[in-house]
Amino acid sequence: MSNLKLELKEKIIEQLNLEDIAIEEIADNDPLFGEGLGLDSIDALELIVMLDKDYGIKLADPKQGRTIFESIDSMATYIEEHRSR
Amino acid sequence: MQKEFYIEDYCHVKENEIFVNGKSLFKADAEDFTTFIKSAYKHFKIDHSKFFKMDSLSKLAFIASDVLLIEDPEKNIALVLSNSASSLDTDRKHQAAISDTTNFYPSPAVFVYTLPNICLGEISIRHQLFSENSFFVFENFNADILFHYSKSLLKDKKAEKVLSGWVNFDNGKYDAFLYVVAKKGTFVHSISEINRLYQI
Repeated sequence: MSNLKLELKEKIIEQLNLEDIAIEEIADNDPLFGEGLGLDSIDALELIVMLDKDYGIKLADPKQGRTIFESIDSMATYIEEHRSR
Repeated sequence: MQKEFYIEDYCHVKENEIFVNGKSLFKADAEDFTTFIKSAYKHFKIDHSKFFKMDSLSKLAFIASDVLLIEDPEKNIALVLSNSASSLDTDRKHQAAISDTTNFYPSPAVFVYTLPNICLGEISIRHQLFSENSFFVFENFNADILFHYSKSLLKDKKAEKVLSGWVNFDNGKYDAFLYVVAKKGTFVHSISEINRLYQI
C-alpha cells in the first residue's frame, strides 16, 4: 500500500505538471483539491484517465471522483479494491 | 479631427531572449523552448503555478504579455493577438493520443489547449482582465488588420488600452511580438510603425 501511495504521488506530480511540489510535501491525507494541492476540474479529468490507463478502473459516474480523489489515502484504498492491472 | 493612438511599449520573445522596447531583459543558454521559457518564468520570479500546466503557445503568450502588463494598473485592456500556426503544435499531440484506438487515452489537459485563443484566457486570468479579446490566424504577420481592429476598439471606447501582436509556436520554433496601444506612448500607432517594430 505504501508503495502504491508513493507511486500515486509521483504520477500526480508528473502528469499534472506540479512543477514546484516535491513528493515529501504531499502528506497521505492532504486534500488534493481546494486548499490542498489546489488541483482543478481538468486535473480531476486527468486523474480519471489515469485510473483507467494505469489501473484498469473505469469510473461510470465522474461524481465518484469527489470521494475517491479526496486524498492519496482515499485514492490508494479505492485502487487496491478495484484495480484490474 | 481623427484621434491618434500610440504604442506604449513593445516586446519581442525569440531565439532564447526577451526584449522590451528593444532592450534585452533576459537571455538563456537553453537547448529548447521548454527550458528557455521555464528559466524566464524563474528569472522574473513569477508565482503562478498554473503556468506549468499550459501548452507552449500559452506559455509564450503568458511571458510575453507579463513583461508588458505586470506593472500596469489598467484593467480594461483588450487582447488582440494573432499567429500563423494556430494551436497546431498542441493539436498534433492530441491527434497522436487519439490515433491508436487500442491505446485510447487522450489527455484532457492537452485537449483544452487545442484552440489558439485559450492563451488569451490565460493572460486574462493572470491580469484579472474582463475585456474584449480576439485571436486571428493569418498566413503571415498582418499589421493592417491588427492596427484597424485595435484602433476601432479604442475609438469606440471598448477598451482603454489594447495588447496586440503576434504569438506563434510550432514544433519548437517560436516568435512573439506584442505591443500595448494606448492614448499616450512613445511610438505613433500606425501600420508602418507596427511593421517597423515587428522587424526589429
